[in-house]
Order: sequence, then C-alpha cells, then structure tokens
Amino acid sequence: MLILTHFLVLSAILFSISLAGVFINRKNVIILLMCVELMLLAVNTNFIAFSYFLGDTAGQVFVFFILTVAAAEAAIGLAILVVLFRNKRTINVEELDTLKG
Amino acid sequence: METIVFYVFSTFMILSALMVITVHNPVRAAFFLVLTFFASAAVWLLLEAEFLAIILIIVYVGAVMVLFLFVVMMLDVNLAELKKGFVKNLPLAIIVALAMFAMIFMVVGGEQFGIQKFAVPERHAADYSNVSALGQVLYTEYVYSFEIAAVILLVGIVAAISLTLRRRPNTRHQKVEDQVAVKSADRLRVVKVETQPRKHTIANAEVEK
Repeated sequence: MLILTHFLVLSAILFSISLAGVFINRKNVIILLMCVELMLLAVNTNFIAFSYFLGDTAGQVFVFFILTVAAAEAAIGLAILVVLFRNKRTINVEELDTLKG
Repeated sequence: METIVFYVFSTFMILSALMVITVHNPVRAAFFLVLTFFASAAVWLLLEAEFLAIILIIVYVGAVMVLFLFVVMMLDVNLAELKKGFVKNLPLAIIVALAMFAMIFMVVGGEQFGIQKFAVPERHAADYSNVSALGQVLYTEYVYSFEIAAVILLVGIVAAISLTLRRRPNTRHQKVEDQVAVKSADRLRVVKVETQPRKHTIANAEVEK
C-alpha cells in the first residue's frame, strides 16, 4: 500500500539528486537550469502528494501556478543565456566574473 | 499493483535524474530530463492529479524541453572545457546531497507523515473529473492568482523577445509598414515643365538638311 511517506521520500531523493547536480555541473549553465527544473519537479510532487492525502485541491492549484512561473522562468533564463553567449562566447560560470562577486 | 507501478516509475525517475546530472552532453541531459518528466507524470497519475500530469507532459516536455533543446543546439558549446572539475566536485556533491537527504528524511520520515497520521484516502469513482474539480477552485477562489499568472506569462514573452531581439543595421530587408503606408504621391511626381518656342539656330538648320 502506498502511503504519504513513499512520495515524500521520492521527492526528497529527487531534490537531493538535483542539489548534487548543481554542485557537480558548476560550469555548465544549461545543466544548472535543468537541475533547477528537477528541484521544482520534486517540490511539485510534494504538493500533489499532500493534496491527495489531505483531500484538498488547493495543492494542485499551487502546482499549476508553479508550472506557470517555471515556464516563464525557463524562457527568460534561456533568453539571458543566449544573450550571454552572444556577448561572451561562453557559458562557463567561472568566466562570468565581471561583477567580481 | 499500485505499489509495483510506483516503484517501477520511481526507479525510472531516480535513474534518469542521476543521468541528467552526470552526462556531459547537454542534449542527452535534456532527453533524460524528458524521461524524468514522463516518469513523474506517471507518479502524479497515481495521486489522481490527471490534469497536472497531462500539463506536465504537454507544457514541460512539449514546450520547455524543446526550448532547452533549441538553445543547446544554437549554442556552440565547448564541451571539453565544461567537463573540467567534474571529478573534483563529486565528493562534495555526494556529501551535500546525502546531508540534504538525511535532513529532509528526518522531517518527512515515517514518524510525522506515516500511515497512522495520514490515512490513505479512498479512490474516487470512475466518473470523478479532476479537471472540473480543479477548474471549480481555480476560476472561483484563485481567479486573481490565475490572472496574475497570465500576466506573468505575458511578461515572460515580452522579456524573452526583447532580450534576444537583435537589430542589425546592415542587413537588407523589407520595411512592410512603409510599403503599406505608401501613397501614390510618393511614387509618382508630376512635374510641370514649361514649354518654350523652338528656336531655329544655325546648328539645327544644318541638322535638318
């Protein structure tokens, strides 16, 4: 029988994997964006699991809005990436140190 | 049966997520991310979120991942340069991920959210419509948020277009608005030329002979 912990642990594993991905692929901005998408997927799975086990549709509405914002975020992030590549000819994060951060 | 389906798709999900973060080629990473989305859509179907599972496939796999693939193919990325530091960061990544998982597991583990705290709800009947249930909440209680989401998408469109719009002054292209707005007076100019009486000069007389 499937209980709530199954889904929560699944999304915890997914979140940890994507966090490791941020550390591993520290140079490639595209894969960093993909890891952010994976994190959002883990969070959405949590929302839907709670929505189902609490019998409340509000969780699914939140997932709907997260998907909307994530789509806009991906579009703008990739647009920034294209402009960045056009100006700098690289997507390596370590070379983007103009702000001296 | 449901447990088997859950474990099969969870295994797919975790393995493909591991492939996303470990393959070097961004195109392959994007395809494995698509596989992750498909598997998690199946998990969402187990949780009776049919509409969101379909939206995940259509919007994420159909639009966002295709956008990723387009960008990956447009950029001429030096992959060998980006591979460096992979092994160096690996131990740190594993440590951080395990610590993160341990912390989350302490919170969401069986004691707080187990079967005795959250009973498994009964499945809805076959004529239950997830779409109409979601729509009834979305268009009444959350209608302002819904409109704000629409505005966010509009801002996303405008921002993405205005960021990547490139004006190149040296290229030759038609200006359609000028072509449409043209009037006949711009094309044809009628000039009044004053006529003069012809004079008979000596040279003309020579030619006429």
